Amino acid sequence: MSTPQALAAGSISVSRPGPPPWRFRPSSSELVWAIAFVAPYAAVFLAFVVYPVAYGLALASDPSLYADLISDPLYVRTVINTVLFVGLSVNLKMFLALLVSGFFMRRRWWVRALLVVYILPWALPSVPAFVSFHWMLIGEYGFLDSLLSALFGIDGPIWFNDRWLALGSNVVAYVWKWMPFWTIVFLAGRMAIPREIYEAAEIDGASGPRRFLHVVYPLLANMYLVCTLLATLWTIGEFTTVFLVSGGGPALSTEVLATLGIHYAFDTARPSLGVAAMLSALPVLIPITIMLMRRLETRGVQL
Amino acid sequence: MSTLAASNLPVRRRRYRMRRALGEAAAAMLGLVLLIWSLLPVYNMLLIALDPEEGETEFAGLIWPPEPSLESFRVVLVGGYWFIEQFWHKFGNSLYIGLLTMLLTMAIGSLASFALGRTRLSKVRFLASAPLLTYVIPASFLVIPFYRVMHVYGLTDSPWAVVAADVTFATPYAILILLQYAKLVPLELDEAARVDGASPAQVYLRIYLPLMMPALAAVGTFALLLAWSEYLYQYLLLSSERNMTVAVAIAQFFDADEAPWNYMMATAIVYSLPPIAIFFALRRYMTAGLTLGGVER
Repeated sequence: MSTPQALAAGSISVSRPGPPPWRFRPSSSELVWAIAFVAPYAAVFLAFVVYPVAYGLALASDPSLYADLISDPLYVRTVINTVLFVGLSVNLKMFLALLVSGFFMRRRWWVRALLVVYILPWALPSVPAFVSFHWMLIGEYGFLDSLLSALFGIDGPIWFNDRWLALGSNVVAYVWKWMPFWTIVFLAGRMAIPREIYEAAEIDGASGPRRFLHVVYPLLANMYLVCTLLATLWTIGEFTTVFLVSGGGPALSTEVLATLGIHYAFDTARPSLGVAAMLSALPVLIPITIMLMRRLETRGVQL
Repeated sequence: MSTLAASNLPVRRRRYRMRRALGEAAAAMLGLVLLIWSLLPVYNMLLIALDPEEGETEFAGLIWPPEPSLESFRVVLVGGYWFIEQFWHKFGNSLYIGLLTMLLTMAIGSLASFALGRTRLSKVRFLASAPLLTYVIPASFLVIPFYRVMHVYGLTDSPWAVVAADVTFATPYAILILLQYAKLVPLELDEAARVDGASPAQVYLRIYLPLMMPALAAVGTFALLLAWSEYLYQYLLLSSERNMTVAVAIAQFFDADEAPWNYMMATAIVYSLPPIAIFFALRRYMTAGLTLGGVER
């Protein structure tokens, strides 16, 4: 059985109030089994999440570090950059991915063939991809400017000499890399919508934008929110894009928290300040994580 | 009445056809835009890598290779330049980290998802989403304390430190996906096997794992791509030449002022091939494995 169908079948089946436990031998031995099965993950979690996090909190516990941060204009600028980078790239990639996933629902051979090419950025490892972006945009005759001048006779800008162009380049590179991943996620979500709903909408005269607004979006809204929250968490900690595409330049004006933390820790040899800069995002990260967990707990279980 | 409807019909049909043709044209345009968007950076890599002598294509305003040649690929594959000396050794290091991450994520993730989704532990509130707590602090934010903690564990300059980091950040997502997918596997199967006297371990091995294959393939590919794409941990945790990976070697080119960029791009292309191959081999499972929550009802 091909899996999208399995998924659709699963979404039709009646959901049960909660999976029943092992009914047949209500002994304590199954609990022992269950704990043994979680044990490897619990060990990973304790050794590589809890301990390093506690270590990090201890490193960055001195309040004077935060006073240093606030008084550093570089830190303030970096916070603004991070907000812009995360806000723009998360919303752009999620919304475009949702739209483009509708395009890939078309049953044409060339659309299917295109999907194979379209997924390529996701399959391409980050370092080669972002090195290529850096090289496309660098200097007066990067590939993009060469292309602009050859095709349209336009003299392209020097992308990395301007803070906003450099920041925009980071956003575009990040969207390029991650949009295919989310497109596939939304494509799977759309495939789980039973065909009859589409057909009913068609009969009622809803097509194109109206079908998207009144059928697809309400059905995928919860999934869209969960994915956006998860993507936000991942994007706030993004390092490789900024490090390789703009390199934080010009003159450290496009740094984000992740690259600034590394800069503090290794270029100015103040690791505690670096950890403090990164952990200063916790007031944003904690509510998003709680929202995500609650969403999955209360709504995500409904298939 | 009927004559009116009949005379309207051809007009309506023509309008419908025109709308359809317009829709097709718009779809073709969008397809073209997506094609160029996806391939432009890839073409740029090829353009620079196919340049036989450094500095002919880049910065010369050319948009196609004047004398395409595979020379830089040959240099990379024989490790003929000092940045990429022992290319195959570094490639082996990357592969070691990638495959270990993939296998461990699949094993630890599937065990945990089985326990959290299909045993008595599934009744404990919030336990199933507890692994997501990992994402409160993103990977790159944890790298400095992680670096110190690895010293405590005696994993300085060890590929296992990088594997530990990659598994730590791949597994929560893996558990999330596996839990969602496992809802498609009827619990009655488990119960029937239990009645027949199977232990939970047998249920896991004989029923759960085989039926979860599509999701496991998706999760495994996700973990492999994560390890293959990761740079910061490899850069900071692996200090010796012996343990260096290809990702770090590529970024190292940036440290030099006069580095041969064609060699760098050729290295980048060769490095990209294995995940692309594995990815497209397992592509069938991707769509299945990656649903989050599905459709709300």
